[in-house]
Amino acid sequence: MGLGAWTRRDLLASFLAAPVAAAACRGGAAVPPLPPGELAGPSFELGHRLRDGFRPEPAAEAWDDVPVVIAGGGVAGLAAAWRLERAGFERFLLLELEPESGGTSRAGQSGVVAYPWGAHYIPAPLKEDRALVALLDEMGVLEGRDARGEPIVAEQFLCRDPEERVFHRGRWYEGLYLNAGASDDDLYQYGRFVAEVRKWIAFRDGRGRRAFGLPVAAGSDDADVISLDRMTMADWMGERALTSERLRWYVEYACRDDYGSKLEQTSAWAGLFYFCSRVGGLDDAAQPLVTWPEGNGRLVAHLAGVAGPRVRTRAAVTDVRVAADGRRLEVVAWDAKTDTAFGVRCDRAIVATPGHLTRRIVASIRDGYSPDRPAPAYGAWMVANIHLSDRPKLRPGNFPMCWDNVLVESPSLGYVVATHQTELDRGPTVLTYYYPLTDSNAREGQRRLLSAGRDEWAEVALSDLSMAHPDVRELATRVDVMRWGHAMVRPEPGAVWDDARRRAAAPIGGVHFAHTDLSRIALFEEALAHGVRAGEEVLAALGFRVEALAG
Amino acid sequence: MSAESDTSSSPPGVPADATPIRPAIVFVNVFLIATCGLIYELLAATLASYVLGDSVTQFSLVIGIYLSALGVGAWLSKFVRADVARVFVEVELVVALLGGTAAPVLFLAFARVGAFSLLLYSLVFAIGVFVGLEIPLLMRLLENRLTFKDIVARVLAFDYIGSLAASILFPIILVPRLGLVRTSLLFGLLNASVGLWSTWLLGPLIRRGATGLRIRAFLLIALLAIGFWKANALTSLSEEGLYADDVVYARSTSYQRIVVTKGKSGFQLFLNGNLQFASADEYRYHEALVHPAMLAHPNPRHVLVLGGGDGLALREILKWSCVESVTLVDLDPGMTELSSRFPPLAELNGHSFADPRVSVVNRDAMIWLAEVQESFDVAIVDFPDPNSFALGKLYTTRFYGLLRARLAPGATVGIQCTSPLFARTSYWCIVRTLEAAGFIARPYQTPVPSFGVWGFVLARLEPFDVPVVAPEGMRFLNDEALQSMFRFSADMKPVEVEINRLDNQALVRYYEQEWKRWD
Repeated sequence: MGLGAWTRRDLLASFLAAPVAAAACRGGAAVPPLPPGELAGPSFELGHRLRDGFRPEPAAEAWDDVPVVIAGGGVAGLAAAWRLERAGFERFLLLELEPESGGTSRAGQSGVVAYPWGAHYIPAPLKEDRALVALLDEMGVLEGRDARGEPIVAEQFLCRDPEERVFHRGRWYEGLYLNAGASDDDLYQYGRFVAEVRKWIAFRDGRGRRAFGLPVAAGSDDADVISLDRMTMADWMGERALTSERLRWYVEYACRDDYGSKLEQTSAWAGLFYFCSRVGGLDDAAQPLVTWPEGNGRLVAHLAGVAGPRVRTRAAVTDVRVAADGRRLEVVAWDAKTDTAFGVRCDRAIVATPGHLTRRIVASIRDGYSPDRPAPAYGAWMVANIHLSDRPKLRPGNFPMCWDNVLVESPSLGYVVATHQTELDRGPTVLTYYYPLTDSNAREGQRRLLSAGRDEWAEVALSDLSMAHPDVRELATRVDVMRWGHAMVRPEPGAVWDDARRRAAAPIGGVHFAHTDLSRIALFEEALAHGVRAGEEVLAALGFRVEALAG
Repeated sequence: MSAESDTSSSPPGVPADATPIRPAIVFVNVFLIATCGLIYELLAATLASYVLGDSVTQFSLVIGIYLSALGVGAWLSKFVRADVARVFVEVELVVALLGGTAAPVLFLAFARVGAFSLLLYSLVFAIGVFVGLEIPLLMRLLENRLTFKDIVARVLAFDYIGSLAASILFPIILVPRLGLVRTSLLFGLLNASVGLWSTWLLGPLIRRGATGLRIRAFLLIALLAIGFWKANALTSLSEEGLYADDVVYARSTSYQRIVVTKGKSGFQLFLNGNLQFASADEYRYHEALVHPAMLAHPNPRHVLVLGGGDGLALREILKWSCVESVTLVDLDPGMTELSSRFPPLAELNGHSFADPRVSVVNRDAMIWLAEVQESFDVAIVDFPDPNSFALGKLYTTRFYGLLRARLAPGATVGIQCTSPLFARTSYWCIVRTLEAAGFIARPYQTPVPSFGVWGFVLARLEPFDVPVVAPEGMRFLNDEALQSMFRFSADMKPVEVEINRLDNQALVRYYEQEWKRWD
């Protein structure tokens, strides 16, 4: 095991910080051995071949006929399938490139507990998110409605208290905003920021819609609201003289956590969306968080269970085109198990792939694609699952382990604890460590992500966590690493309320589109809403009359 | 000159002044070693009765073994033919080592060694043998200096005076002030010092290697002194400073630190430093916890105990002949094993774990409740106070909802709920949380001197009247006590509280704030 071309000091200096590297390499100590583990990760190879114009042609006998094909088995594709199933329509086929569906909501399983590989929570939905409410009802997560008709989530699915803590200069504190050591000015500025947020929470447009709805389509497109999309969150804070270092850290943490981007790269609309969309009104507390040990893996497992055998994995859609007869569609896919191409003729296709793939596989977009219009940027993420034989020792005076554990002085987001929701409060657990590559140039972030392998990233994760948990190396029995090259679409300024964004969701011929990046923010709610919408478009086209869950 | 020739060269009964040793000072030695000897015997007997229970048997056995060992030692002394003074010093050092480390070694061994009684009695025997050698050897050293009648009279007099001193010091000063471990080390030090100064006192009789003896004595003194000063730092003994009484059992399981202490008033059990019960008044707590719920049910046959690994709630439940099965769910096998095997605890809980009606499940109660299918007529909930988030979950609406699903129609529940006086908000938070989970809750309280005023809740899913007639044969609970428990004084009346849920853990936060005021 080695760190490839890296020296340990360079590696840590590059991905953490020079002081961390210096501390870790002090005295020329030998590099501590790494626990075993694997490099999980999406199939870059097929993805890159598609990028490079890989378009195989199936043999004449390798064609099938199914009325509806869904390309992509992430949340959006699974949601489309789920919507079709709910309407009783089962004559579809879902094709997924990876060996497992679920996209970035996928989960893993240790002998002790299931754990997330990516997205790990949703805020409890308000009734406006009809699709998500219907899904959670179906899963038995809701136990009724309150007096206002808002859904009530059963207690065991809400994130258990204590929810979050921050590690700052050698000590854990409760909460996410660092109150300890805050000056009067810090607290005053924090108060002003909260007041600004509350202004937007109180906002209702002419049609009575909230400024920031979940999904985005449920919110307002009032000019005052969407003008926020023209500036960065950094500028928005600067204009309001919100300069407090810990406030900026706090807001930037929110942007890194939800979008994988810094204040300077995040649209102010998106920045405020994070704080406002999960609060129903001025008199309400923020919606509680709904989570499972495996994070949103629970949600996609339910969706995949509904779709059942109609999901075909390791099948990469390479082409979606109009058939020679001009009426039907042809979907061509590459079977990675047999290394052969196959085709499906269908009436309708739902393309539920991320934008950078969509514009390569859909013939009509590919041919009309204009290089002048920039494609959305995707942030890269590294996620490490660190299996521990026991909980790290808690030093006296420190707040105990929470669900979300954030390191203030780290470029990572810290970790979530898989056993938090299981009631297993002792013994082995799995920590899911998140590291967004927030390089302003997204491509540079992807390059840096891939420049480090399993050992390098495991070393980064363990060195980073060692600052807060000196015993983590002794406790770690396994470190698996996932490199998400296109983890999240970035809500850069101007991207969200761009007309092109809204046009991109409109069907072309019989081809419908569903993906979270059609909202330019990467959220389960958005992916679900787009999938359900696309499913409903197809149902309508096929002559089904269904009550809309979308929009 | 050998001891043999020493004996033969002087006429019996005639003092010889050939060697300048002063008999008067030798009698100080007799006094000191007699004190030490009896202290070791008392230490061993006390320790045995602490950890093995049944003090009559333990004292009787230890005294018997010790006295017989003294006899063996005395008999063996005749095989010491040469170099009596030197052998005496060597014996002193061995006694100092064995006796001085006896208590720490036995305490450390108790949690780890299977055949503990064998180790204990062997150690008692070994100490006895070496102590048995001391006096005969000393008497022989005086042989040529005093008449036989003087030797016998004075040596035995100092011997018995030393024993008297030990038997007075031991219960009045040593055990209360120093505890067993330090007493043991202290008297080991004394024994080693006697050995050391005897190298000078008997110097003329030790013909070679006195320096080597002194070095060994110094090393031993240093070892015992470090042990004495560092007694608090030894992991297993670190609690000595924290607890008023002697720690007789201490063990860290995967879940908690279990400590049992023993004092004048009886036993105490501590989990992570928090008192769980004191044997002197636990009957008040456990009668109050168990019987109201049993009384409120017309025919309790299947009973569930959540927590309660000490087996004391079990003891109360098993008094009911109608009970056919009791399932006890306690997280920590270390706790339930201790309660069933540690004699003083097993005696206190009436050997409940041996009752065929009892089955033990070592699982997290919350996870277990979510998985089982059985239902119960009565549930007794006896968890430690909610002083951590891991314990706080066992007092949430979710937990009570899971419990509710395991109750047979008409089932009753008794719950320990911390103090309504010291932690009033916490107490009412538990009551209201239980109500929010759909129970009819009847709060009650009673004083338990070790804890203060203590609070409980009697709950059922259907409306019910609280019981007014106590069962027969209770130490605490009679009709008057039962009826008065359900009345609350003004300073314990309800306060506004939040409901305790998994996602707010309101109770843990209340509890922390409230007990902070009293600590």
